[in-house]
Amino acid sequence: MSTPSGTRLGRSRPRAAWHLATVADVRPETPTAVRLTLEVPGWPGSEAGAHLDLRLTAPDGYQASRSYSIASSTPEGDVVLAVDELPDGEVSPFLVHEVRSGDQLEVHGPLGSFFVWRPGESDRPVQLVAGGSGVVPLYAIAAAHGASGDTAPLRLLYSVRRPDDVFFADELAALDGPAFALDVVYTRQAPDGWTAPVGRLDKAALAASTIPASQRPRVYVCGSTRFVETIAGWLQELGHSPTDIRTERFGGL
Amino acid sequence: MATRLDGNALAGALSEVFREDVTAARARCIGCGGVSPIGGAVVYPDAPGLVARCASCDQVLATIVDAGDRVFLSLSGMSTIELRR
Repeated sequence: MSTPSGTRLGRSRPRAAWHLATVADVRPETPTAVRLTLEVPGWPGSEAGAHLDLRLTAPDGYQASRSYSIASSTPEGDVVLAVDELPDGEVSPFLVHEVRSGDQLEVHGPLGSFFVWRPGESDRPVQLVAGGSGVVPLYAIAAAHGASGDTAPLRLLYSVRRPDDVFFADELAALDGPAFALDVVYTRQAPDGWTAPVGRLDKAALAASTIPASQRPRVYVCGSTRFVETIAGWLQELGHSPTDIRTERFGGL
Repeated sequence: MATRLDGNALAGALSEVFREDVTAARARCIGCGGVSPIGGAVVYPDAPGLVARCASCDQVLATIVDAGDRVFLSLSGMSTIELRR
């Protein structure tokens, strides 16, 4: 792939390119996921909600590439990923168990201009719906919203199995404020003293803990394919227009 | 169940073809005539390549096959793509 040299006037969005990233930090995010901080010289920054393709090359030349949402949305600097292990995955087990600080990885990005949120783009409220590790790009959006001071109300509904499985737990708690609300649904086990029902999200619970269609929120849904398709279907039944619902399926069950 | 992703998943492959990211670009489907963002299409990644279908009518919009030193790109299901300058 060729890259034009120089900067073109009027270009407002970071341009995708291949970069050699160095792992600066690896830490457990949940019992099955890690948070990777990558140093990426020349990284142009990314919009909240964007992703990158990460490519691994085996000693025999075999290559495997997968897409990962970017948890950071800083104008430039380090790139933060949070990667959950897919049991029969080709790339994620390596990232979760084998990667160490100082390792180098090839990344292509930032990618995507549709499933992104931009500060000041709209006065309409924003509803985010996350299933499991699908929270990563939505966390990036919530963090960017908080950092920008954008006053459009933003609400995140986060479906997660157990308290230990919550990604960015401290960071999400710190975002609490007048323009941000977090609703968590635990599907298997809740913290001690939790009074809300424990179990899979259903349409009634979705309706009760999201911004109603009458307020015309812009909606972003991310999770497994089955989760996203179920939620998107219910949202339409609840009166949301398909054109107001952006989805990011990451596959899986 | 065949794996289904979103048109967002085309961003990497299409960035090697187009000057800018086109997943937010709107395209007209030759099947139903509907105009929608490419990122909202349904992508099947398990074929020997990526197959993007219209979310409304299932028309095949695009196929992208990475053959190493070449890319085979078909946009035959889209009659128009609105590209921003």
